[in-house]
Amino acid sequence: MQTEAHAKNDPRWDMLFAPAIFVVAFLLAFVAAAKSPEPQMQIQAWTFLAATALVLVWWVRRYAEGIPADDSSPYANDVIKAGVIAAMFWGIAGMLVGLIIALQLAFPNIFYFPDLPFTNFGRMRPLHTSAVIFAFGGNVLIATSFYVVQRTCHARLAGGVWSWFVFWGYQIFILIAGTGYLIGVTQAREYAEPEWYADLWLTLVWVTYLLVFLGTIWKRKEPHIYVANWFYLAFIVTIAMLHIVNNLAVPISWLSTKSYSAFSGVQDALIQWWYGHNAVGFFLTAGFLAIMYYFIPKQAQRPVYSYRLSIVHFWSLIFIYIWAGPHHLHYTALPNWAQTLGMTFSIMLWMPSWGGMINGLMTLSGAWDKLRTDPILRMLVVSVAFYGMSTFEGPVMSIKAVNSLSHYTDWTIGHVHSGALGWVGFVSFGALYCLVPWLWKRERLYSTALVEWHFWISTIGIVFYITSMWVSGIMQGLMWRAYNEFGFLEYSFVETVAAMHPYYVIRAFGGLLYLSGTLIMAYNLWRTARGDIRLAEPLALKPQLATA
Amino acid sequence: MVGKKKGVDEFSGTETTGHEWDGIRELDTPLPRWWLWVFYATIVWAFGYWILYPSWPTLSGYMPGILHQSQRADVEQAVLELRSKREEMGKMLGTATLEQIEADPNLFQFAREAGKSVFGDNCATCHGSGAQGFKGYPNLNDDVWLWGGKLEDIKHTIQVGVRSTSPDTRQSQMPAFGRDAMLESKQIDDLVEYVVSLAGRPANTEAVGRARQTFKEQCAVCHGEDGKGKRELGAPNLTDTEWLYGGERSDIRAQIVTGRGGVMPTWGSRLDPMTIDALAVYVHSLGGGE
Repeated sequence: MQTEAHAKNDPRWDMLFAPAIFVVAFLLAFVAAAKSPEPQMQIQAWTFLAATALVLVWWVRRYAEGIPADDSSPYANDVIKAGVIAAMFWGIAGMLVGLIIALQLAFPNIFYFPDLPFTNFGRMRPLHTSAVIFAFGGNVLIATSFYVVQRTCHARLAGGVWSWFVFWGYQIFILIAGTGYLIGVTQAREYAEPEWYADLWLTLVWVTYLLVFLGTIWKRKEPHIYVANWFYLAFIVTIAMLHIVNNLAVPISWLSTKSYSAFSGVQDALIQWWYGHNAVGFFLTAGFLAIMYYFIPKQAQRPVYSYRLSIVHFWSLIFIYIWAGPHHLHYTALPNWAQTLGMTFSIMLWMPSWGGMINGLMTLSGAWDKLRTDPILRMLVVSVAFYGMSTFEGPVMSIKAVNSLSHYTDWTIGHVHSGALGWVGFVSFGALYCLVPWLWKRERLYSTALVEWHFWISTIGIVFYITSMWVSGIMQGLMWRAYNEFGFLEYSFVETVAAMHPYYVIRAFGGLLYLSGTLIMAYNLWRTARGDIRLAEPLALKPQLATA
Repeated sequence: MVGKKKGVDEFSGTETTGHEWDGIRELDTPLPRWWLWVFYATIVWAFGYWILYPSWPTLSGYMPGILHQSQRADVEQAVLELRSKREEMGKMLGTATLEQIEADPNLFQFAREAGKSVFGDNCATCHGSGAQGFKGYPNLNDDVWLWGGKLEDIKHTIQVGVRSTSPDTRQSQMPAFGRDAMLESKQIDDLVEYVVSLAGRPANTEAVGRARQTFKEQCAVCHGEDGKGKRELGAPNLTDTEWLYGGERSDIRAQIVTGRGGVMPTWGSRLDPMTIDALAVYVHSLGGGE
């Protein structure tokens, strides 16, 4: 009650309304669970009901013995701590599922369980993509944005406990989406598989997120808005727009999981890839650039390289990215002119993307020596290098002639993962390594040597992953289009599948290494949060801390 | 920037913007020239591409571009080129008899390549990409043929299929002697020994003796009294070492009990006659052709 935003006797409406939404959600879920004739809807509703009940229990426990200190501290920290924990949990879960489906592709006879339909590749693959992108990535973005916006605005998070609503609401969305995939509930839209009720819930959560973020910027004590916040805001606003438009659908009944899209045919495909590509552009690029813009200068203790470049590349990036979606539909029923626009805007996107890379890398000037001793900074810088690589590869692959070879092959998978593992993963890991000691008020990480291990194991994992997918993807594309001298196809489809096998094994091994690195990180962060410091530290950052 | 105290970064000598957020400052470095020029170049290139190729939508259609490129026309062109590549030999293949095809080395090579390509996309699913077969799906490399291994036989099998939906399908059905209670379990046990002995492997002689009469009554009508099978009925030879459903005693027993028989689709209605000729030549040339 003593927060700066609320005078002593102001009623805390947030304390009333935020939990009230969970109560209403609980009741609606109860009705759906009781009345729906569909077993799938019943499972989803019971899951929703149980989740909202658990959140309400948490709420009562947190406020049962008065207002916690965190609610009146200058900066809200607890909700960010929760986000860090959630990100680690979902990250490990999502990467584990990724490893399982990689093994299913490499050894389809061994990892095939016809009696357990939820283990089917078709259900596990969206579980993997959603878990790593939205559950892991989303929690990293929400947690870091809450951290960064408070520090760079010199203001406590707006909206009181509404940030907790965002946190818990988002976890419930993840739970409903993920369990839905496993029981076969899907809209069959890439990266937008959750059905209408999950989409409505996410809309509510996301708009709240936007309001909390905007409210914090609104009451800032700094005269200017820091570049990281531009990127966070672009990410939040655009994702709201993309999510709402792409998911416009009519459910066949309020008690059914099934809905029909408002769009059909090629318009539907174009809307879907307008969404899909900008999920990459605004979720996985703009959002994580925001992380880069705070954590790299912070960790390197150097000023951002160029303010002007940040302005120009920000506006050019968000203006051009939104056009690039049609390059996912080259040589399809999409009109040729729309393909042209998608391709040319993708080419023009190259330099706006690289503006972020230049600003990230050049911020190191004057601090390059730190890369030798600080594996966290090295992780952040390598992430920017992967960002640069995959944002060059993307425009190349958008060229129709290249796309005719690369489309539908593993090259696409390799491209996605150089961005996902290298850029998104590493910049997130770097940020989490910074955040945990800051949030839990520890002098430093439990072990810097373990960060070194994480860095090298995961980097080698990425190299195995993306090189195997490049080779297999290009080979696959060439085999598909190979004609012999008589004008007949050289290879049957099944021969191209058999040729993939060694590369699938290598890819799975790369994924195993990457997951191992993440597990090392989870251990390190857990020990750090507990307050442990590893004394025999061969790579101590600061000698005077060795006795701490 | 009135009232802002601009600093100068010591390391780079560049001015800062004078803002600071949580300890983070920003340099006022100008845009890298190469970055800006490459950005301009991509924009110029895009404009050039829009002029050449179909690009912006208009009220009544779209800008076609001065090259008037059309993906549909490109595909049609590519298909035409491929057809013309196959045309000359294709015509010869269409008119030649199967024997003529095998006699002309060039035509034979062409037919084999065409057949291999078609085999990979249509037949390999069941018979394997090397035509090696699997349990229940015949191996096409050996010289064991259920319905005959001559070119004409193979062609006919491809055309009508086996137990397929075609009215002319090749048809055979081994009864399910066990499941339909036509024989007692003991009799089946004895028959298994008899079949094992037919294949020239050691078997229980007493059981073989008991089964001799049963075989004559129940099996010989299709498989022949000597067990060498009858191709006109599609009944396999039981005296060789090749087994469609496995040659272990348990496999043989399972086959007598359930009388399994697979289905091969009719390809006559799906593939054109030239392609079927090519396929027959290909299969015939795999090693077992008669």
